[in-house]
Amino acid sequence: MNQSVPSKSRSALIRNWIVGAGIIVLFVWSLSSLQFDGIQEYGAQVMKSIWEGFTHPDWDYVYLPDGEDLLRGLLETLIISILGTFISAFLCIPFAFWASNNMSRLQIVSGSGKFVLTVIRVFPEIIMAILFIVAVGPGAFAGVLALGVHSIGMLAKLYSETIEAVDNGPREALVASGASKLQVLRFAVLPQVIPQFISYALYRFEINIRSATVLGLVGAGGIGTPLIFALQTRNWSRVGIILLGIVVLVIIIDLISGWLRRRII
Amino acid sequence: MTPAPTPEAAASGAPTPPPSKKPAPTLDSKGPQRYKMLATWLLFIVVLVVCFVGVDADFMALFSEGARSNMGRILGEMARPDWSYASHIWKPMVETVQIAIAGTIIGSVLAVPVALLCAVNIMPKKIVSIPARMVLNLVRTVPDLLFAAIFVAVFGIGAFAGMLALVFFSFGLVAKLTYEAIEAIDPGPLEAMTASGANKIQLIVFGVIPQALPYFFSYVLYTFEVNVRAAAVLGFVGAGGIGLHLDQQLNSLRYDRASTIILLTLVIVLLIDYASTYLRRKLL
Repeated sequence: MNQSVPSKSRSALIRNWIVGAGIIVLFVWSLSSLQFDGIQEYGAQVMKSIWEGFTHPDWDYVYLPDGEDLLRGLLETLIISILGTFISAFLCIPFAFWASNNMSRLQIVSGSGKFVLTVIRVFPEIIMAILFIVAVGPGAFAGVLALGVHSIGMLAKLYSETIEAVDNGPREALVASGASKLQVLRFAVLPQVIPQFISYALYRFEINIRSATVLGLVGAGGIGTPLIFALQTRNWSRVGIILLGIVVLVIIIDLISGWLRRRII
Repeated sequence: MTPAPTPEAAASGAPTPPPSKKPAPTLDSKGPQRYKMLATWLLFIVVLVVCFVGVDADFMALFSEGARSNMGRILGEMARPDWSYASHIWKPMVETVQIAIAGTIIGSVLAVPVALLCAVNIMPKKIVSIPARMVLNLVRTVPDLLFAAIFVAVFGIGAFAGMLALVFFSFGLVAKLTYEAIEAIDPGPLEAMTASGANKIQLIVFGVIPQALPYFFSYVLYTFEVNVRAAAVLGFVGAGGIGLHLDQQLNSLRYDRASTIILLTLVIVLLIDYASTYLRRKLL
């Protein structure tokens, strides 16, 4: 941070120019070799009908007395993300202790744990959802399982960082007075980490509600399923109301979860 | 100068310091406090039970005969990836990375002016910063795949829709992280410049940019990591990249080929993650 005071050395200046030029070359290379031939000529027309659809949402779709409507779809989305977060918040605890470097003496233990978490984290939840759909059939439950497993990657990483930041004083005091490993965990480690754990789980819940809206695109339940049908049939007024519903749901959840997180910490 | 640690950044590891240690909560056994706690847990459990009933979650189904044989068959086929297929997927793989690069750069460039508008220490007028933030929050409520699905419907199947989706997504993420970084910069130089009569442009160029630039680049790199992962699945809604091929192979039940694609994607993503994390460490 401090090297960016006005008196820049010549080598730093040259390096900055090289980096800048490299970024521009990368950008031009990416844009020039991307195949943009799929663009429809009637894009403007489509835009116009979309605009009309968005400005005249299909309000009747909000509640239909029988079956598939917006509120039920949103409720299912909410449920998928609640359950997915809940499952991962518990499943990730052993992973978190595995990956935190102050819980084991050997570097290789925590290192391998961190690597496993990275692999889980980069494995896309959409693919996980497809695999679970094969196992348990299409529907909300496959979505719950996909979110539950995928969230482990990030939650366990955040949890393990919390565990690594634990104050060692209480732990040493307990060990000195002859507490067992389990007692140390219960009375020294857990009280310090639980609020942070809950806060991270809530944060992950905010992410999961966004993910749950797209799981339906591949058939794993939630509001995504009616949305993809509406998109495919170009029913723009219905797309409009569904997007509106998603935005409202996400904003409400963000507000509630943010308020809870501020209260916990 | 340390911007508030946003969980997004914390999730990725490098850009912000880990959350500060909080004083250990004491076990208070005060009466009302305890009842409140109990009520909260009770409410939580009721919500959970209702949810489980709502999706008719059947955990036994996960271990039923059919599920086990299905899963076993797929995992068995996936355990033997078809490496001969690897030569076919380099082109879409490169396309995936290109979509991510183009989307990240365009989105990040667009994010700069908006981030400046959102930061209260640059734009003290609430009438500008609050609507700008609302737009940003609105953009950030829509997941990248949803953007992609919409843009595919508008512009047709192909990489352009995917790139556009990532432009919007990166714009929201980079603008939010950057304006928080700008708000956390050291006000000293800004005050000194204002006192000596600098105008707004000079203030931004000589006061804000030198301080916020490393953070901005770090957030762009982080967004690039996220975008590479996103670009890998954009194809599922028809927005180009490797996901299209993965979708085809999964649909035609060629799990050995799907596994090749997944493994190679994981390798690419991990490599980019490590390279980007290394660069971010050097930046900050």
